[in-house]
Amino acid sequence: MQRRLLMKAALTAATMTALGATAAFAENPTLKIGFVGVTSGPAAAWGISNQRSMEARAAWINETGGYTIGDTTYDIEIVSFDDQKDPKRAIAGMEKMAQEGIHYVVGPNVDDGAAAVRPVAESNGIMYFPYAFPKSLYQAPASNAVLGMVANYQSGPAIYKYMMENKGVKTVAFIAANESDPLSQRDGGVAAATALGMEVVSNNVTYQVDTTDFTPVLTPVIRAQPDLLVLSGVSPANAPQLIRSARELGFQGLISTETAQDAGVLAEGAGDLANGFISVGGASTPELASPMMNEFVQRYTDMFGEYNDESNTKVYALEYILETLKADPSAITDVVAFQTTMDTFEAPNPYMNGDAKLRYVGMTSFGQRRQVAVPLVVNVYQNGAFETLFVAEVD
Amino acid sequence: MEQILANGVYLGSQYAMIALGLTLIFALMNVLNFAHGQMYVIGGFVTYTFYGQWGVPFVLALVMSCVTLAILGALIEKFLFSPVIKGSAREESTMLLAAGIAFFLDAVILLVFGEKQRGVPKIVDGVFNYDFRLIMPYDRILICVLAILSIVAFIGLMQYTKTGRALRALAQDRTAAQLMGVNVDRYSMIGFALGAMLAGLVGGLLVTITGVNLGMGGPTSIKAFMMVMIGGAGVISGAIWGGIILGFMEAIGLAVLYQYGDITYLLIFVSLMIFLAIRPQGLMGKPWG
Repeated sequence: MQRRLLMKAALTAATMTALGATAAFAENPTLKIGFVGVTSGPAAAWGISNQRSMEARAAWINETGGYTIGDTTYDIEIVSFDDQKDPKRAIAGMEKMAQEGIHYVVGPNVDDGAAAVRPVAESNGIMYFPYAFPKSLYQAPASNAVLGMVANYQSGPAIYKYMMENKGVKTVAFIAANESDPLSQRDGGVAAATALGMEVVSNNVTYQVDTTDFTPVLTPVIRAQPDLLVLSGVSPANAPQLIRSARELGFQGLISTETAQDAGVLAEGAGDLANGFISVGGASTPELASPMMNEFVQRYTDMFGEYNDESNTKVYALEYILETLKADPSAITDVVAFQTTMDTFEAPNPYMNGDAKLRYVGMTSFGQRRQVAVPLVVNVYQNGAFETLFVAEVD
Repeated sequence: MEQILANGVYLGSQYAMIALGLTLIFALMNVLNFAHGQMYVIGGFVTYTFYGQWGVPFVLALVMSCVTLAILGALIEKFLFSPVIKGSAREESTMLLAAGIAFFLDAVILLVFGEKQRGVPKIVDGVFNYDFRLIMPYDRILICVLAILSIVAFIGLMQYTKTGRALRALAQDRTAAQLMGVNVDRYSMIGFALGAMLAGLVGGLLVTITGVNLGMGGPTSIKAFMMVMIGGAGVISGAIWGGIILGFMEAIGLAVLYQYGDITYLLIFVSLMIFLAIRPQGLMGKPWG
């Protein structure tokens, strides 16, 4: 009898606690923002920095009372889906977002996934912010995708030009994984290098996505003795192995990529051999970072135990969505209103010092404003951390 | 040419080790262990944790990988495969179980070790460079030698110890072995543990070269199956030859065909299909199983 009484008391207490918790959360209505991207496998670091950036920022907003759009203050809830870099799963993820009534989604992280979800997003009134580069996603008649970072055809020419002018680079070789993103980035890189007058000494060596030992793959590339070796579209998992193999094969030249990398992964996988490796970094530097960016980094680190430099870019997508909704509250359920607002939208950039603005760009590359404006920061890896090589702007 | 040969020997020795454990389990229990790649990955992560994270000497970390995987293999055999084999005469039951274990281990690896690529400090610094005609880092040479020694030790174990003789008897004829007094349950468990231990050993060895990440399990299993099919399923020497052949095909293809893009594996798969159409039992397998 006593045991039954005890169980009833426990059940009542648990129910009351749950109800209390619900009541506490129910003070503000919830605005759901989706994330569909890769959070497992070799490219996991790309999606995880997205998801964690969103979760860290949402927790921060909720902790400080929510986000006011129009007359309503919302708590932000991030709904995440791991597409495992598989277009079929990306479609399933976007369908899940549609079923949950979500109109704003960050991701996917790669070309084929971003292309695959386009029909689902457009037919269900979802604006999505991919980290994928095919221009067809952002050029009319495509309407619902907004590029969340700087594309390789924007960063590549800037990097190669810097190399030519500052490092005396004349010859370049490209190597890419045999899948859509790296191959298209390689082709874009070859075109950009050729246009700048560089001599491309090797561009047809590719490797299987699941390759773990790159020495046999790299041997013919290194024999071409380029001044610069470009690892087109390389995933964070493969970059250290490629760098290590290239250096062990005696390559003395420069190595670069137009994708973002993880300093911790480079340190573990390649150690000092990765020193001098040039990659596109997160959209911030110590000079550019505002106090709010520094606090974001601190909160992210406290929440997840480590920070990824790429999150300096990934923090922006959620901010752009919320600020644009704030500019036109009717866009919460109406993506056409969101698209209209994008053309004239401008707000202070809270993550940068000075008078930098959040605004949509892309007229030069896409003919319409379908890209978030973030600074292009090019990093060089040195002794376990990234250092800023140069900063540029793109439209 | 020297470089191609060296790459072939290096790749062949590591592939042979990966295939050995898989073919041993198949020979003993007629089980296609789809979770072999995941066991390899766990072996890599255990060595990463002990050697890379906690600073334990590499050899000790390697031993920990072997012990962990041996225990894991024994438990999987005793509590999962053994009951299913006894309760179901259908071979697909064990195949489904193996696939399920593979997914389960993937999930466990994600939870315990995370999703990131992990690597460990080099165990030996320096690169052997013979006039730029043959370049091979010393750590690869060491791993290659260790892999070959491990294969030799494994063959010795199978040939000259009581356990090895019992395992071979079990592989040849399970019923006859039982009639001759071999404790089938016990040696099945030992054999599975040994197969899993080999996966852990090669995972621990190769984490020093290739690093390790969650996504490596599936592709590793596929390569291991290819080697086993080339050499002949369930034949130890066949697995070794399968590994060496695949290693050399890869090394030669990557060196000779690179101008034509990534067609090395396309040709390897086409060759495998033609080969199996002509000789479905593989190089050293018997047509009757």
